[in-house]
Amino acid sequence: MIEFQTVDLTYDGSRRPQLHGVDLTIPEGELALVVGPTGSGKSTFLNLINGLAPHFTGGTLAGRVLVAGRSTADHPPREMADLVGVVRQDPQTGFVTDIVEDELAYTMESLAVAPAVMRRRVEETLDLLGIAPLRDRPLRSLSGGERQRVAIGSVLTAHPRVLVLDEPTSALDPQAAEEVLAAVQRLVHDLGLTVVLSEHRLERVVQYADSVITLDDAGRVERDPVPARAMVSAPVRPPVVELGLFAQWRPLPLSIRDARRAAAELRQTLTEQTPAAPHAETAFPPSPAGPVVSGAAPAAVLDRVRVVRGGRTVLRNLDLAVHPGEIVALMGRNGAGKTTLLNLLAGTARPDGGRVVVGDRDPAGLKGAELVASVGFVPQEPGLLLWAESVAAECAGADRDTGRPPGTALGILAGLQPGVDPGTHPGDLSEGTRLALVLAVMLTGDPGLLLLDEPTRGLDYHAKSRLGDTLRTRAAGGQAIVVATHDVELVAELCTRVVMLGDADVVVDADARTAATSSPVFAPQVAKVLSPLPLLTVAEVRQAAADIAEARGALQ
Amino acid sequence: MSPALAPPAFTEPRLLHPGAWWLWALGLATAAARTTNPLLLLLIAAVAAVVVVERRVPGPWSRSYTAFLKFGLVIIAIRVVLEVLIGATDVGLELFTFPRIPLPDWMAGVQLGGPVTLDGVLFAVFDGLRIAVMLACFGAANSLVNPSRLLRIIPAALYEAGVAVVVCMTVAPILISDAGRIREARRLRGRTTGGPRAWGQMAIPLFGGALDRSVSLAASMDSRGYGRTAGIPAGQRFVNSSLVVVGLVGVVIGLYGLLDGSTPGVAGVVVLGWPMLLLGAVLAVAGSTLAGRRVSRTRYRPDPWAAPEWVVSVCGLVPAAVFIALGSDPALIGPSSPPGWPQVPPAALVAVLVGALPAVLSPPLPGTDAGPHPDRRREEVAV
Repeated sequence: MIEFQTVDLTYDGSRRPQLHGVDLTIPEGELALVVGPTGSGKSTFLNLINGLAPHFTGGTLAGRVLVAGRSTADHPPREMADLVGVVRQDPQTGFVTDIVEDELAYTMESLAVAPAVMRRRVEETLDLLGIAPLRDRPLRSLSGGERQRVAIGSVLTAHPRVLVLDEPTSALDPQAAEEVLAAVQRLVHDLGLTVVLSEHRLERVVQYADSVITLDDAGRVERDPVPARAMVSAPVRPPVVELGLFAQWRPLPLSIRDARRAAAELRQTLTEQTPAAPHAETAFPPSPAGPVVSGAAPAAVLDRVRVVRGGRTVLRNLDLAVHPGEIVALMGRNGAGKTTLLNLLAGTARPDGGRVVVGDRDPAGLKGAELVASVGFVPQEPGLLLWAESVAAECAGADRDTGRPPGTALGILAGLQPGVDPGTHPGDLSEGTRLALVLAVMLTGDPGLLLLDEPTRGLDYHAKSRLGDTLRTRAAGGQAIVVATHDVELVAELCTRVVMLGDADVVVDADARTAATSSPVFAPQVAKVLSPLPLLTVAEVRQAAADIAEARGALQ
Repeated sequence: MSPALAPPAFTEPRLLHPGAWWLWALGLATAAARTTNPLLLLLIAAVAAVVVVERRVPGPWSRSYTAFLKFGLVIIAIRVVLEVLIGATDVGLELFTFPRIPLPDWMAGVQLGGPVTLDGVLFAVFDGLRIAVMLACFGAANSLVNPSRLLRIIPAALYEAGVAVVVCMTVAPILISDAGRIREARRLRGRTTGGPRAWGQMAIPLFGGALDRSVSLAASMDSRGYGRTAGIPAGQRFVNSSLVVVGLVGVVIGLYGLLDGSTPGVAGVVVLGWPMLLLGAVLAVAGSTLAGRRVSRTRYRPDPWAAPEWVVSVCGLVPAAVFIALGSDPALIGPSSPPGWPQVPPAALVAVLVGALPAVLSPPLPGTDAGPHPDRRREEVAV
């Protein structure tokens, strides 16, 4: 269906090709998963399929890309529209109209599909993707999952034979991601559509993939028709695969189900050592980041806080105290009020009732150096906080703002992510590096409270674990950290406490390990595989196994 | 006509063709332009208000009528202030006198200050009221038709221009919310959020973001088939678009001629009114037909033009036609000098009332049969 014939793509002004010697074929009806570390060119690879690269992005193409025999070299993207449907990373920016139904019809209008056919296909697509109730809704009012499905629908109506999805679930909560992936599954199985998708959150998609296309930092691209084999050498791997590699399971399981069936022996070994498994909190530290610094005054307090927006109660009489040394995961579905809560703590929003105290002040009254010394906030789109011409200038600005000696921010950045060229324009940084830069800027003032909104969207596993290390060190130093996230793996790695919001209330407020092992909603993959053992990460499993081996050695 | 007896075309809930509402509003505006009689003008505004209350679409645009009305009040105020300051009406009851400020010779004919008369003020109020009511008519059209739906009826030959307008309309609110977030971001970094320096620094991420978004939108549109030319040669496309543009300019000039009863004619023939309007319409339709002959794109669910559309547009055009026919009837002129109670010609009264019929004759809005529209209650309070 899609054929890459010795393709090289070199962007203008770049010395080496972004992708080099790509030579592979994706057969019809396959769901191909594109994996690779951040910045390895996944989006470029996807753009090659419909000719956006190089027709739109610029650059030089060598070799040929053929889709159903049509070469992208002589067909610009608009001439491929009937063959390839592309949904890019943030679907909102790709919407042309303002109503769901019109958006679904847009591609067909461009392709001059007959009105009667358009009418039929819109109805079919509404049903196929389960978005019929949304047909009259303004696009701006949709939730993330709905938006993604509408975006998929808007290219499906043209009846393409290939669907290209760039990070379709990265920004979604687990429920919305399920909806989108279920829809994609149906397209592959019922319509025989060829789907090529890239995703950082491999744990969500790898079990559905028919083949894996691996990109590495050197620009090499390989396709392996056996996902389990590809995962062994893949540069990024989901936790379930890491666990399988550690336990040397063959064949390597990709889904929770397969892993659980393979894990009986491992569970047995680990349980023998910890017979009181279901109540085993005592056998393990209460939370991955160690004990909470108790007794100290809370770093932030929400006291019966009420927020009403547009006639809807977003937060209802909410009480919450965050202590120094805690890393609190703020969870809940999209629109549950996580970002609102962070905004309250940062003082960018005011409550309609109740009191917000950070340190001993109302954060809304803080500004200038006082603010940066009390609260650091990394918003969902960290790029908004960067406006200097280079990384060095940005860091120098942060030093000035916080009154620290020159070089402080740059030093922090070097600790977070070594090897960043200070001359780079912030806009040219990869997602992970940009996050590190904003974090460094925010940490320069050494605030007592650090807030992060969805920090892991767009981060690969390496970047995620680096972020985890930084935050753990900070918390150990007495900083209070609140992270709003959907990412249960991050919570398992990092957080000490889970607060879940639902319908304007706190639904769960518990120690992270208790929360993660008591409910499948919060359970990371390792916990699901090893349940009822209260182990959350591969590192913990490794540690537990080592302890057991040591104990056995001591016995003999 | 009771709803039970009306044919289904009039009772089945649907959105009316945007062109019908605009023709209706243009008709009312034309009538308003032809008179300074305050009773008739207020009646026209009231008629528009009745229809707006009954048939406005939910959404932010539905408040256009009120917004335009307020704007109209401002215009009346400005008109009166100008009259007081530089008005030249010296006859009639003198209210008070400003000291006259001498002006240089080259400004002969303009006088600053001087006596302010009741006649002059009344004349200004009536004149301002005329503009205000015309504005209200356009406000009514905006309340009744979401502007983005209006774009669906623009001719295919102007499609590219239409897309540009759509994109602008979606980008503007995003830009505003971005500006807010960047302000917050500045505060979070401990910097000032006011002053020219701050705004200068905020402009970079703001426009950078807008640019990124535009590029992303362009990529999406390109990969969704936008700009497929389907083999129409560039020359032909240019001719088609030019015909439509020239035609629409003609229509606008013709409308201007109709709105302003005192437009000059050439050799005794009024060229700016009906002749220009017709010529423009013919050109625009010809251009659209030529462009449509070789279809490069189709339209999803085009709005039908059925009986209710005819009724609504005729209801708007009746007042226009009657007012134009009444021509220089003195009753159409507001009695300002000498001041008196305005007379209302029965024909004009009936004509304006015909304009209110769409409030009951047009199809109800979809989604309103299950009680009042959720948006409506809230906005009643807001208005």
